[in-house]
Amino acid sequence: MVRAYFPLLLLFGFVALNAGLILAIGALTVRSRPTPVKSQPYESGIAPLGDARERFSVKFYMVAMLFIIFDIETVFMIPWGVAFRQLSCAVALTPAGCPAGQVSFFGLSEMLVFIGILLVGFAYVWKKGALQWD
Amino acid sequence: MMLALLQAAAEASPAAHPLAGTVAEYVWMLPLLPLLGFVINGLLSIVPAYHAGPEDVSHDPEAGHTDMAHEEAYEAEATTFHRRWNALSSVVGPLVVGIAFVLAAAIFLAMRAAGPSLETAGAFVRTYGSWMPAGELRINWGLQLDQLSMLMTLIITGVGTLIHLFSIGYMRTDPGYSRYFAYLNLFVCFMLVLVLGGSYPVLFVGWEGVGLCSYLLIGFWFSDESNANAGKKAFIVNRVGDFGFLVAMFLLWANLGTLDYAGVDAAATRLVANGALVTAICLFLFLGCAGKSAQLPLYIWLPDAMAGPTPVSALIHAATMVTAGVYLIARSGALFALAPFASLLVALTGALTALFAATIGLKQWDIKKVLAYSTVSQLGYMFVAAGVGAYSAAVFHLATHAFFKALLFLGAGSVIYALHEAYHHTHREEDAQDMRNMGGLRRHMPVTWALMWAATLAIAGVPVFSGFFSKDQILGAVYGAARHSAIGELRLLGIPGSAILYGIYVLGLVTALITAIYMTRMMLYTFHGANRTGEGERPHLHEAPWIMTGPLAVLGVLTVFGGWLNLPAVLHALGPEALLDRWLAPVVARASATLAGGEVAHLSHATEYALIGAAVAVSVLGIGFAVVRYRGPLLAKREAEAAETGLGAAVRQAYYVDRGIGRYLVEPTIALSRKVLWRGLDVGLIDGVIVNGSAALMRGVAWAGARIQTGNVGNYAWIVAVGALVVIGAVAFR
Amino acid sequence: MPLDLSVPASLVTALLPDLIVMGGAMALLLWGVWRPEGASGRPVGVGAIGVCLAALAAIAGMAVQGITAGPGPIAIDNFRWATDAVILVGTILSIALADDYGRRAEPVAVESHALTLLAASGMMLLAGARDLILVFLGIEVMSVAVYVLAGINRRSARSAEAALKYFLLGAFSTAFLLYGVALVYGATGATNLTAIGSALAASPPGPGSMAVIGLALMLVGFAFKVAAAPFHMWTPDVYDGAPTPFTAFMAAAVKAAAFASFARVFMEGFGPVFVRWHSVLWWLAALTMVLGNLIALSQRNLKRMLAYSSIAHAGYLLVALVTNTTEGAAAMVFYLFAYTLATVGAFAVVMALAEGAERPQDVREWSGLFSVRPLLAIAMAVFMLALLGFPLAGGMGFFAKWYLLQAALKAPAPQTRLAVLLVITSVISAGYYLYVIMVMFMRPRPADAAPFPDTPAWTRSVIVGAAVLLLALGLYPSPIVRWARSSSLQPTTATGVPSTPEALRITAR
Repeated sequence: MVRAYFPLLLLFGFVALNAGLILAIGALTVRSRPTPVKSQPYESGIAPLGDARERFSVKFYMVAMLFIIFDIETVFMIPWGVAFRQLSCAVALTPAGCPAGQVSFFGLSEMLVFIGILLVGFAYVWKKGALQWD
Repeated sequence: MMLALLQAAAEASPAAHPLAGTVAEYVWMLPLLPLLGFVINGLLSIVPAYHAGPEDVSHDPEAGHTDMAHEEAYEAEATTFHRRWNALSSVVGPLVVGIAFVLAAAIFLAMRAAGPSLETAGAFVRTYGSWMPAGELRINWGLQLDQLSMLMTLIITGVGTLIHLFSIGYMRTDPGYSRYFAYLNLFVCFMLVLVLGGSYPVLFVGWEGVGLCSYLLIGFWFSDESNANAGKKAFIVNRVGDFGFLVAMFLLWANLGTLDYAGVDAAATRLVANGALVTAICLFLFLGCAGKSAQLPLYIWLPDAMAGPTPVSALIHAATMVTAGVYLIARSGALFALAPFASLLVALTGALTALFAATIGLKQWDIKKVLAYSTVSQLGYMFVAAGVGAYSAAVFHLATHAFFKALLFLGAGSVIYALHEAYHHTHREEDAQDMRNMGGLRRHMPVTWALMWAATLAIAGVPVFSGFFSKDQILGAVYGAARHSAIGELRLLGIPGSAILYGIYVLGLVTALITAIYMTRMMLYTFHGANRTGEGERPHLHEAPWIMTGPLAVLGVLTVFGGWLNLPAVLHALGPEALLDRWLAPVVARASATLAGGEVAHLSHATEYALIGAAVAVSVLGIGFAVVRYRGPLLAKREAEAAETGLGAAVRQAYYVDRGIGRYLVEPTIALSRKVLWRGLDVGLIDGVIVNGSAALMRGVAWAGARIQTGNVGNYAWIVAVGALVVIGAVAFR
Repeated sequence: MPLDLSVPASLVTALLPDLIVMGGAMALLLWGVWRPEGASGRPVGVGAIGVCLAALAAIAGMAVQGITAGPGPIAIDNFRWATDAVILVGTILSIALADDYGRRAEPVAVESHALTLLAASGMMLLAGARDLILVFLGIEVMSVAVYVLAGINRRSARSAEAALKYFLLGAFSTAFLLYGVALVYGATGATNLTAIGSALAASPPGPGSMAVIGLALMLVGFAFKVAAAPFHMWTPDVYDGAPTPFTAFMAAAVKAAAFASFARVFMEGFGPVFVRWHSVLWWLAALTMVLGNLIALSQRNLKRMLAYSSIAHAGYLLVALVTNTTEGAAAMVFYLFAYTLATVGAFAVVMALAEGAERPQDVREWSGLFSVRPLLAIAMAVFMLALLGFPLAGGMGFFAKWYLLQAALKAPAPQTRLAVLLVITSVISAGYYLYVIMVMFMRPRPADAAPFPDTPAWTRSVIVGAAVLLLALGLYPSPIVRWARSSSLQPTTATGVPSTPEALRITAR
């Protein structure tokens, strides 16, 4: 069984080797002559405006967190969608689909409950004013 | 609820006992009545304490007068505050015991009315609930009424009532008046539990309860340290005996599986007669008795117990509690009958104690000490009787002793009271108990004088007085046992049992002689000759009030005529013979017969007359010797005699037993506990190494724990990771 | 009436109490946010307690009806109901405390009630979960809510620090748990505990096998949640920093839920490989008892002291787990009930005596408490004695320890040494429990001591109620004992029959 993972090991080894090689070539061939301009952070060719370690408004984090939460919730729907046909059938699916009379609303109601819970959270967030920028 | 229980109990008993449905059903009220008195008096002693002055001011009629001004100021105060409450205590205290006596008398009459059917029916047992149902061990709150417990109940409540009445006068001015009656009531309650209990554990409850009351009452005037110490001494010495009693109970339970009397009596037949087990049980029981009844070597607490108020000495340390040991042996007759060896040891211990204590009594100056040693000595007589299987003789002497010794103590109390009052008037600090301060009191207190002489003649064994009959019966029983009994056939250290019994008989006679001497000496020093109290005090000496002389008179009648309870067969001309023997026969006759080797030996009339003659001769000789020895001029001498040497000094110091015990037992023990156990073991090892060491260790661990607790999440995560690796390693790769 | 848990409607029935709490939490959340600004939070508190009572009623109804279920994802047995009851009692007490806390000291948002309920629903899920996925779900629902609760006092840096620490370490430990679940699934092909149990019984895994490593990882995860040494490091910091009502909640309900799940997973799922985890758990129990009690001795900060005390109690409870018997599980539930009452009560007293803003309270500040606040002092004495396991005055605390010891000694593999250690460490614990009592009753109150604040009504009710319950159940414990005894958590054994002592003694230490 372990042998099946050998290509993976090979990949890891190649990546490590490659990275090491590139760094080594750079270190060996490049002559280091630092100037203040060279030491500046690279910002797509535009001159830096200030210190990179700036304090961001908590609003960014708030939006980011809310985004992540709802994003992940949405991601949860993908496996649900894959299993939806089976979830909507009270017995095991046949190649022809669900036998007549065995269609259930279990799958749909599950998702409705899930979205309902999400909505509660959304309503709370909205009412709390977390979505307002100002 | 009590009644419902009663009915349930009555329905539960299979065969109708002759006493069922009679007044005997109210036996539960006997201990409850004094308990009620205890509760009321206890409340009375607490409630006024919140209003009155300091409670701990000692007003001890037997102590010196250290703070006269304060005391008198206090007396005025006490009159105001305590009079009302005291009156209630005066009524409640004696009344509950009196009612209990009336009830006991009614039950006694019911038992008499039941007649012969009672003799075959066995004991009247009533169970009032389960006490310790632990596994197979089932101990019930049960009371047992039979001839023996009835007699004890009558003595306890009867003499108890008289002493309660006497106390009204004696304790009149004491600030702890209600507390005193509370304790005394409680004592009566426990004493009744002791004699009425239907099993050894219930008896033990009473046994420990009276011990507690004894402790409380000995140290009644606890503000004086020596009194408190005397109480502690009594308590501690009794623990040694109680240990024996407990071991005996464990052995009984382990081997017989039962602890109530009926069960033990029935199961006793399973024990091997004269075997090691039954002998051990009996000897352990006797150890308990020796503690409670002040026998060698555990007698030492009783003389010190005289620190309590004198009526307490009369009730607890003469008439009732100290005879509990005798009661216990009579109660355990079925066991002792199987253990002649143990019985012989009981008799021998009794005889030696009797002689030993009597000799000490010869040289005492404290009137109560004389009586205390006399009590120890008389208890020895009772154990002699119990040892030879003459249980009814033992109980007979117990009864007569209760009469005359209570009378003697109360008389002594009356004398002490008179002297105390006199010294109180003149504000002199003198010992009101020292006989050297008495003398010639006959003129001042004729009633006390006459009654105490009656008691003295009784204890000395002068014919017609009660003590004569009981002592004579004991000596006769010993003589009979020496002639023929199961004990007589034993051998102790190679000496035949019969020889030892003859020796005990001789010891008994000698003790009787000495008893006559020291009692006469006491009477002469107290009442005769010239008065040595003091010129100023003499006009103040007077007879005690009627509330004190009244009980004395009743006891006097009992002292004189108590012998009629159990007249010997040879003196049947005087009245009905052997009333007590026949009364107690259903309880003790079988055990007595077994110990006697089949049947109690009947002495010929000639022998009996000879024995009576010897006893009378001895007592008359003793009284005569004392009258000659302590004649007039000697009595007049006020100051202490020249220092004695040799045996005399030894006797005066009670054979140095107390000092010896102090030096060779108590001091080494204290030294051991102080130097080795305390300094070495406790402070050094336990405190130093174990306690402080472990504390230091814990501090170390805690310090280390606190160091690990850095508050840094990174560190915590690291520790979690390491812990997880260890756990995985331990679970998976082991 | 056994429920068929494959039918959705039956599943809903089986989860009814949990659903009540969850739904209640969401409803309260919305109610809380739609309330007018500045309105009193008390109705929300009342509502939260009402939700808990409703769940309790549902539990009682289901327990009385005797509803049972087959080996589905949710267990329906008395062990679950008993644990749920303990959790809900702890929740009710905490909510009452939180309400007073919010009104008096710090503006704790009414959301705290909803979060508490959410956490409680996770705990209840945990108590009934017979599927590793549900276990994980329960733990996460519980933990995430509790992380927030620990830091809900936004004005307190210590509260925030506590929340962050708890969150980071909790996430770390959850990773262990999840990895363990994955490995166990990989080895047995099942997440259902019954299926895992029979799979492990059918082919016992050897040392170093995937199943055993998974088991060890799950053990680490649970040990973190119950605060067993050496995974206890977070406990003092978090308990100390978190607002006191939520500290009480964590100490009581979180621990109860985690222990219930710990017991169910290890007895039902890993029962057949008892010999594998027995000795490690033995050492964890011993280490936890010793370390918790010893470090508690040196604590003078009351909340930290109680935190270490809770660690020590986790050690005692692990003893019940080590027995791997039905009696052990029953003793555990009974112990958890006594412990919940005493711990919440103790924290309630701490809260009642804290002035305004919370700051570390030194035991010595309580000198002579009895002279100024006799009721609080007496109640605290009862709680301390109950935690100590003192007879009579400690109420049911004594019986709790007693049954624990009994279970340890009567197990097929008697845990004699652990029982001895339990007694010894209990004696050590007297050092700090009695110290509190000594300070309260025997030290004089300094003349310049600041006066204690008044005790709010709900807090007082919690304190009195907990003390009275403890004492009453100490006097008459038989109904609770009978109930706990009936909470039969049946350990799965290798052979399907109860394990023989001989087979186990080989590894029993």
